[in-house]
Amino acid sequence: MNKKFSLNVNGEVHTVEADDETPLLYALRDDLGLNNPHFGCGLAQCGACTVHVDGKPRHSCVMPLSEVGDSKIVTLAGLGTPEHPHPLQTAYVQEQVPQCAYCINGWIMTAAALLRDNKKPTDAEIRTALRGLKCRCGTHMAILRAVKRAAAMMG
Amino acid sequence: MTRMEKPAAFSRRALLQAGGALVVSVGAPLAFKTSARAAEGAAAATTKPPLTPDQLSSFIAVNADGTVSAYFGKMDMGQGLSVAIRQMVAEELDVPFARVRIFIGDTDTSVNQGGASGSTGVQNGGKQMRAAAAEARRVLVEMAGDKLGEPADQLTVKDGVISAANDAAKKVSYGELIGGQFFNVHLDWNGEMGNPLYAPGKAKPKDPKTYTIVGQPIPRDDIAPKVFAQENFCTDVKVPGMVHGRVIRPAVAGAEPVKVDESSIKNIPGARVVWDKGFLGVVADREWDAIRAAKELKVEWSQPTPPLPSQADLYDHIRKAPVRKREEGKGVGNVEDAFKNAARVIEAEYEWPFQSHSTMGPACALVEVKDGRATCWSGTQKAHFVRAGVAAMLGMPEDKVRVIWTTGPGSYGRSDADDCAADAAVLAKAVGRPVRLQYTRDQGTGWDPKAPASIHRARAALDASGNVLAYDFLSKGFSRIDVNTNGSKPWDTLAGQNLGVALKSGDAFGFPGESYGFANKRAAWETIAPLLDRASPLRSAHMRDPVGPQTCFASESFIDELAAALNVDPIAFRLRYVRDPRDIAVIKAAAEKAGWQTRVSPRRDQRGNTVSGRGIAYAQRGATRVAVIAEVDVDRASGKIWPRKFTVAHDCGQIINPDGLHHAIENNVVQATSRTLWEEVKFDSKNVTSVDWRTYPILDVTEAPEQVEIVMINHPEIAPSGAGEAASRPVPAAIANAVFDATGVRIRRAPFAPGYVKSALS
Repeated sequence: MNKKFSLNVNGEVHTVEADDETPLLYALRDDLGLNNPHFGCGLAQCGACTVHVDGKPRHSCVMPLSEVGDSKIVTLAGLGTPEHPHPLQTAYVQEQVPQCAYCINGWIMTAAALLRDNKKPTDAEIRTALRGLKCRCGTHMAILRAVKRAAAMMG
Repeated sequence: MTRMEKPAAFSRRALLQAGGALVVSVGAPLAFKTSARAAEGAAAATTKPPLTPDQLSSFIAVNADGTVSAYFGKMDMGQGLSVAIRQMVAEELDVPFARVRIFIGDTDTSVNQGGASGSTGVQNGGKQMRAAAAEARRVLVEMAGDKLGEPADQLTVKDGVISAANDAAKKVSYGELIGGQFFNVHLDWNGEMGNPLYAPGKAKPKDPKTYTIVGQPIPRDDIAPKVFAQENFCTDVKVPGMVHGRVIRPAVAGAEPVKVDESSIKNIPGARVVWDKGFLGVVADREWDAIRAAKELKVEWSQPTPPLPSQADLYDHIRKAPVRKREEGKGVGNVEDAFKNAARVIEAEYEWPFQSHSTMGPACALVEVKDGRATCWSGTQKAHFVRAGVAAMLGMPEDKVRVIWTTGPGSYGRSDADDCAADAAVLAKAVGRPVRLQYTRDQGTGWDPKAPASIHRARAALDASGNVLAYDFLSKGFSRIDVNTNGSKPWDTLAGQNLGVALKSGDAFGFPGESYGFANKRAAWETIAPLLDRASPLRSAHMRDPVGPQTCFASESFIDELAAALNVDPIAFRLRYVRDPRDIAVIKAAAEKAGWQTRVSPRRDQRGNTVSGRGIAYAQRGATRVAVIAEVDVDRASGKIWPRKFTVAHDCGQIINPDGLHHAIENNVVQATSRTLWEEVKFDSKNVTSVDWRTYPILDVTEAPEQVEIVMINHPEIAPSGAGEAASRPVPAAIANAVFDATGVRIRRAPFAPGYVKSALS
């Protein structure tokens, strides 16, 4: 059944009318036009749809609107801008990380949460934090370099 | 409901400006303000010559503001090809790199250069763009000579300004000469379309010794827009009036709908069914509604006999299946006779499974039919071929269809992208509205065209002194062109086959790429028929380095087996027989960089649970050579292999952009490691059962190597050959050889997943 939802996304409040089982991903993409969270699997297996919900990386593809409430949602577009980039975004450009780039929401948003909580992660801690995320192009080496570079910038 | 403005980049007007035939600079009015002399000259025209390969204007334009537009008929799948092409164009034209813009893969602005295909982006596509840019420079210098009253050979070009060598005040810029007009210059086209297209002019490209832009590590500028979420992928394109589509595939491969109950989705707003023979799909205004409709639609399917063998019988099936086509490579000597004289024969057989492209997101396409014309946005590797496929599905002439390649969710060959464009066209035609179709995950993994499964038999005849008398190599497997490399023909797409067009399964496999100088040598391949002759989830096609990794897995594992049997160090053994100097150079470069210690494999000095080993494999891929040394740890208890370190030596001739090349090599190595250790399409008698990332696991970041060392050998004097796929090729054998070194056990079947390795070790 269609209902009205108030969504706090990247610091702005939007109203969306949708079926309450609609996953957040589709509201962000189709109603708010925030294309950057991608559909990868719809199964919470890959990370392409990752956004921060109250600071935690969540799979927006399986989070129904009915569960969002007044949580603060931040997408990759809200993480930083070219003028005020998040260190991970800067590091991603400097390390020339992506190949197809379809996966980057998962890696950047998850790593951002890691670096917020752990300023100087070891290689093993980075890998463990990013476990389960998918990159089909095989850019893993560059991803790891970028996270370390971002950590150094933040440290 | 809050709606954001539709991104300007996708308005019709912006599309025409950005990629259209008009040569306009952003923000500047269309202007034909050039010298009267140039306007009269044959080399310039105020209307655009036809978009054909024999016209310079089909590749290069100089804009009124002095920028250069390059129109490229291949696509950049994220390996930095567009930067490399701009470097080649800027170099030949003597303009700064930043002044060259590139328009890629739009059928309205580029000719069919074959799309992303066979690592030919630089090799063929760049060659053409280099020739066109060189010709453009020649023509511009000639025009300047007329204008300045100076002989052409007394002119120099710097940053797009042509000046007299003896009088710097006498000068004219490219923009002043032809900006806003079009080249009207005929090229010497070889008559080919696609990858072999070549159309040079009269100009000779520059001497590589003079390069200042080619060879520089210029970064990709498409990364920042992606990282800041400013670039739209093909999945993000929207047009007014668009509906969302989903297609429905049968649970049993080969089944067709016999009864569809439309009332089962009547409660879903705007949901409609599209059903024609074996084709079944739904559309709805909202994407989630289309997803729900596809899930909830009640369908009765025909009940064909389950068409697939059991997974356990796959390799037996390949062994026993009748050979449909056999082809032999260029052999040497007489292999059969040589085997009769053998003191010792060594034989081995290797197996490789079906593998899935499983792109990061399942394919997506948008098809809009409007005013007698159709437009398709697709992440395809081959926009020009997809145009033909979409036209066929819409029943429209090809010249009324435009395909705009838009960055997609990854691509490694003939993925599901071309099927998706054809399916979207069928839906759009049926519902009379623009349709955006994205496949589901299970369709992206379960129903994409697959890399073919195969077996490989190698045998060698040795004399009493341990010399190789003869080498015989045979691959037998499903064809790599059961469906072709692109979706231009209905029989090569699921939509076409579902609508009743009969499959025209082609036959192709491949030979090992190496230069072993055995006195008697034969390589052959044999293809077998597909398991299901229509709409098969196991139809086989090109996947990154088509049949290269599997063939090299077998051939380079076998070379290692020979070295071990003869108690010779694996590199020393190879160097006894490898003949090509560039092959020898990559092997030696990798060995030196890795600090290879000469000794016989396997090691026999390790006792613990975790044992380590090193292995080498090398390959040619076209004119490119790669040697890979893998250093692995094997956990004997679990069977888990960790490739701790790779050392790669890579020679693809002239390097255009070392940074792009480095990433291309590194990503190839990691993806090939994933294919080697994990990837296998599972199926039962009814259908493919690998339908997501749990059932089709790939390499996890916790399993990624610690280090990938890369030696890039540059040969500026040798024409650039491909780098998009070559480094994938030797990886499986390098890992297998390292596992043998560590454990003394030879793994002859991929993937080397823990369960299989554990059983092989025990």
